[in-house]
Amino acid sequence: MTEQQRVDSYNFAYLDEQTKRMIRRALLKAVAIPGYQVPFAGREMPMPYGWGTGGVQVTAAVIGPEDTLKVIDQGSDDTTNAVSIRNFFAKTAGVPTTDKTADATLIQTRHRIPEKDLREDQILIYQVPIPEPLRFLEPRETETRKMHALEEYGLMHVKLYEDIARHGHIATTYAYPVLVNDRYVMDPSPIPKFDNPKMNEMAALQLFGAGREKRIYALPPYTKVQSLDFEDHPFVTQEWEDICGMCGADNTFLDEVILDDLGNRMFVCSDSDHCNERQAAGHLGPLNGDASYTPEAAE
Amino acid sequence: MYVAVKGGERAIENAHKLLAEYRRGDKDIPELDIRQIEEQMSLAVSRVMTEGSLYDKELASLAIKQARGDLIEAIFLMRAYRTTLPRFGYSVPIETNNMQISRRISATYKDLPGGQILGPTFDYTHRLLDFTLAANGEASLSSHEAETRLDKSMPRVLDDLLHHEGLIQPEPRPDYEEQQPVGDITREPMEYPTNRDIRLQNLARGDEGFILSLGYSTQRGYARNHAFVGEIRYGEVAVEMVPEELGFAIDIGDIEITECENVNQFKGSKKALPQFTRGYGLTFGQNERKVISMALVDRALRDKELGEEIIAPAQDEEFVLSHSDNIEATGFVEHIKLPHYVDFQSELELVRKMRREALQNQAAQEAAE
Repeated sequence: MTEQQRVDSYNFAYLDEQTKRMIRRALLKAVAIPGYQVPFAGREMPMPYGWGTGGVQVTAAVIGPEDTLKVIDQGSDDTTNAVSIRNFFAKTAGVPTTDKTADATLIQTRHRIPEKDLREDQILIYQVPIPEPLRFLEPRETETRKMHALEEYGLMHVKLYEDIARHGHIATTYAYPVLVNDRYVMDPSPIPKFDNPKMNEMAALQLFGAGREKRIYALPPYTKVQSLDFEDHPFVTQEWEDICGMCGADNTFLDEVILDDLGNRMFVCSDSDHCNERQAAGHLGPLNGDASYTPEAAE
Repeated sequence: MYVAVKGGERAIENAHKLLAEYRRGDKDIPELDIRQIEEQMSLAVSRVMTEGSLYDKELASLAIKQARGDLIEAIFLMRAYRTTLPRFGYSVPIETNNMQISRRISATYKDLPGGQILGPTFDYTHRLLDFTLAANGEASLSSHEAETRLDKSMPRVLDDLLHHEGLIQPEPRPDYEEQQPVGDITREPMEYPTNRDIRLQNLARGDEGFILSLGYSTQRGYARNHAFVGEIRYGEVAVEMVPEELGFAIDIGDIEITECENVNQFKGSKKALPQFTRGYGLTFGQNERKVISMALVDRALRDKELGEEIIAPAQDEEFVLSHSDNIEATGFVEHIKLPHYVDFQSELELVRKMRREALQNQAAQEAAE
């Protein structure tokens, strides 16, 4: 954990208390109606729309001096935008930050859910670009709100059915729509569908912030979250033929790393903390000191 | 051996340092003073204040300097600063009838009470590069002062002149404003359908280029509502506010604004008689391109009120209002340069799988033939 010195020229966690109260009200409503998109008066933040302003506002509204914050982007704590957002809160809230999933009370994420199971005393905050799961089927907000109100999700099922008819399977790999608490169809944010099952009955509170679109939604702990599918075409997650080159994990989301311009590549865990922890515990992958495998031998 | 990318922190810090160097440019050239920007780039300052929704010339000049002249970036700096300011209250509506006029023209009348006041305009300049400016020489700068003073009363073309015959759409205070105060798009999320107060606020801070193109589209037949500029006025108006403890309005300062009212043909519909209809535009500082475009789009968006058929993008409020904000637009457009490798990984797997299947199908078909 890293202790930080707070900058005094802004309010705690940047936003003024009135704005935080407005966001908390929206959050309470969102928790009360799981999967329902609550409009909120999103503010301009000092980072651009699309960089996670929704997640940042939600984090700013729920963070307290006792919290420990972890920020990941694509699963990693070290990507530039994760570094930038972590520094923002270190500076404006002075809270300790961490890379360790287990040590964090708040985790702000873009595009991944950590591999390690989350606990009841943790909150996972997602950055959301387009909160409306029906948006690409119906661009009008006036229409999609009506469809949610009437629980009219036929269009979505037709889309999934057409995928199956054309490709033999559902051709959506991330931002795969889910049904929440048997009521609202929800966009899980652009996480890979690999992560969808982790949302179901999760012990931690999950909050979603879409800054540009000015929507907040939530999944209270232990909420039923089903990925949409058909009885004869059940939902399946991605699988890899490879294992992590660094820690040897065979059950994590793997990123492909291009090694040269000859088509050689390796796979490595996208969750960098999980991977490091496994390596520290002595799990080694084929590209990380496993004697039976060296890049030279591979050539 | 593969090592995961680390050190984002140092890379960011160094990138910021380099950016500062690029902003400064050649150190042998004197640094720009923000007063110079304020005085000599005043139209850029106008735009940054308008779309930044914050009237402060000094801050707008600073933003332009810091943004290396990128006006959308400067607008973003203003917006981000603006959200941190406490809200003391709302002003009394400004009274543009009482404007200290620098310019006032009408396209609908040759001569009119109050007169045509050209003021500072590019309109009749020949667009020839002035090389004396390049040499930092300046032509004589003294403009002539008119012998006659401006009329004290400067009647409004639409309200005071056209209104007499009942030819122009009346503009009563709408019903919804009796029940609720004027909306505030910086404090409430947009919800559709909207009322005109919300639409006008959105258009006022909307991107000049976007509003310009939409306005242009209405002239080219996409929701044609043949428009003339009834009146444009540019000058200073007083801003007044009623402090709770006083109970009466006090003057808190003057702002420069440009205002435009368009007159549009309207053949009448089931809901309304044939008459001239209106479009309205307003910006901080001087920006006629923006106010005219805004007035065109405002008019196009009044389709429901006038019982018109919605056939073109400029009439579609959800389309116009949800895409007008350049800070939202530039953020979302540019965010695709952020890392997306988790999504991309998922897509890679999918495309490989689909190619495999397609090739298998092809092979099976060929074998069958």
